Amino acid sequence: MKSLNANKPKTRLSNSNLLFLIALVIFALMYLIAIISFPDSFMQFQTFFDLFNLNAPLIIMTLGLCVVMIVGGIDISIGAVCGLVTMACAMLLESEMGSIWGALLLALGIGIAFGLLHGYLIAYLEIQPFIITLAGLFLAQGLLTTLHKDPINVTMPAFVALRDFKIMIPWLGTQNRLGVFIPCQIKPGVIVVVVLVVFFAALMKWSRFGRNVYAVGGNIQSARILGINVKRTIFFSYVICGLTAGIAGFVFIMTTGAGNIGNGALFELKAIASNIIGGILLNGGVGNLLGAPIGTLTLLVINELIRAAGVQSNFQAIVAGLLLYLFIVLQGIVIALRGERKFRIALPPWLRLPWLKGKKKAEKQE
Amino acid sequence: MQRSEIHSGLKAYLSRLSNLFLPLSVLVLLIVINLIKGADYFSFTMVKGAIYGNIPNILFGASELVILSIGMTLVIAASQGPDIAIGAAATITSAVFVWFVLNAGEVTLLTIVAAFLISCVAGLVIGVFNGSLVSILRVQPVIATLILFMGGRSIAFMIDGKLSPILANDISNQIGTVIPGVPIQTPIILTVVFIAIVAVVLKTTNLRLYVESVGINPDAARLNGINPKKIIFLTFLIMGICCAVAGFIAVNKAGRHDSVNLLKFIMMDAILAVAIGGNNLSGGKFSITGSIIGAYTIEILNRTLLRLEIETETIKAFKAVFIIILMVVGSPVVRVFAGKVINRIRTGGFRSVLKRSATKSVKEE
Repeated sequence: MKSLNANKPKTRLSNSNLLFLIALVIFALMYLIAIISFPDSFMQFQTFFDLFNLNAPLIIMTLGLCVVMIVGGIDISIGAVCGLVTMACAMLLESEMGSIWGALLLALGIGIAFGLLHGYLIAYLEIQPFIITLAGLFLAQGLLTTLHKDPINVTMPAFVALRDFKIMIPWLGTQNRLGVFIPCQIKPGVIVVVVLVVFFAALMKWSRFGRNVYAVGGNIQSARILGINVKRTIFFSYVICGLTAGIAGFVFIMTTGAGNIGNGALFELKAIASNIIGGILLNGGVGNLLGAPIGTLTLLVINELIRAAGVQSNFQAIVAGLLLYLFIVLQGIVIALRGERKFRIALPPWLRLPWLKGKKKAEKQE
Repeated sequence: MQRSEIHSGLKAYLSRLSNLFLPLSVLVLLIVINLIKGADYFSFTMVKGAIYGNIPNILFGASELVILSIGMTLVIAASQGPDIAIGAAATITSAVFVWFVLNAGEVTLLTIVAAFLISCVAGLVIGVFNGSLVSILRVQPVIATLILFMGGRSIAFMIDGKLSPILANDISNQIGTVIPGVPIQTPIILTVVFIAIVAVVLKTTNLRLYVESVGINPDAARLNGINPKKIIFLTFLIMGICCAVAGFIAVNKAGRHDSVNLLKFIMMDAILAVAIGGNNLSGGKFSITGSIIGAYTIEILNRTLLRLEIETETIKAFKAVFIIILMVVGSPVVRVFAGKVINRIRTGGFRSVLKRSATKSVKEE
């Protein structure tokens, strides 16, 4: 071992990247298992794109939650805020003065308003995030049911056109049984997801704000000593989380085209679970932002796999819980072994991805 | 010397009371609102030898919440995070209870007690599951209990076998409502007994000291000879028992076991009760009295909003606004500010502040 390492010193992988790698490997394994067990459905590119098409709001929400979790907080109101946004947008679009831009502004406004409320109370008044976002959850649910109780189907022509708008990929697709070639379809929400993932990854990696978020999440005292404005960092992380919840709500209604009380219900727990699978710890300071979408995809593939296997719906929940248990145990064991320095993991330089490199300098080495 | 001792004792007592000041004042405020709405708030009626009325109904309705919030206080104090699977856990234990009662044939008091004990064992198993994750693998409690939250109700459904088995026997009916000849509803009595047992345990054992020291700093506790893993594990076992008792009361109240809706979202109320009771959600010192008062406050709040004839759709928003106001008033920043203001008024510094500002303005001129 020593002789192998002697001539080329390897930098240790930080916890963030280790957990991210685990998530990535697990996702690849899961998808491989899915392809092996159900080749005719999972081999199609459309199945992969449908994961994004149908779950774009969840992935967007997960990104915002990821920032809050890295800063060491939690936001459990995002699902309810997303539901509130869908209902408010549906009502606006159905009314006389409805327009798509107005709905978008409304969605962003509601999201930012909740973010500002949470951020101010948590950062400047130092109230526990769990309770405040719980109150935000109640507030959003209460406002949602106050606005309208019955499902609203948006019939505005311009919006219906947007809802049904799909991007075809002519060179990618499958042939159906009759031999007709069906190109792959992507909804506009997917583009929003891709743009946001790139934006957030860049924000967390290269911007001053992103580095501050890691510092504050890692150790609030030392961050303060370093001269970071801790309160402002926490405040803006919650504002960003609210903003993503608003965007997620708009994407949600753009996908389904209806406002409903059940929209976005329990998304917060799904988002937390997928962040955990993606290797973002609740304690804060650890996590790679790209882990968030990977975690969501892993969770979704598991769900699709269970559904494809035709398991009874009650078993589905139990199996999903068991798999979550496996991930948690695996992560716990890896972190514990690492803490005792029983083993070291490092990638050889030719395997190291370019974006994995730069992070090590700034990240906290535990 | 003696005087300073008395002084410090008084100060400690006052500081302990000041933690309870917030929940108590909220309680009083809510009662005043209710009295303004109708002066007959405290009135009660006797139906078939049992007391009914607003206050007994509140005590009746909050019984599961009180029991669960006791367990939640201990879990939060020791492991610095809430257990979000308590609703699912209580559903599983009550499913075990119902399964045993329905399969036992003739229902006597003995079968009910045996079924309750078996459901307690189920609660302990759940406690072992969650506790081992939190204490040995050092998973955050929220994440560790998320597993059971996701799958728990499905497990309960599978124990049930059919959609909602009905508990149609006299004894569980009496446990859920009133035993003939006793003027107080049975869930209230069970809650009081449970609180008494917890109080005795906390008075006679070192549990409080150990839990608090583990919650404040696990490493320091370990250096002082307390095993933090054992203590965290123990709190989850206690939580399991609390879930079993709460599930037992809830299922007997309802008379049937609805695995989807039984005690749904009660973890939110339990966490709120702990927070309203002045406990810190990041572990450490705790006050069970505060949590109990907090739990009753939440029940009174729910019933007050109903009594004020606020529409059911809007109730949640009002509840949220109430919680936010409460947390802002109780937040550390506002507390420190209020303490400064009170100190200044008491020491007559108010005048000196005025004087200082006056001199300043003179200087500026």
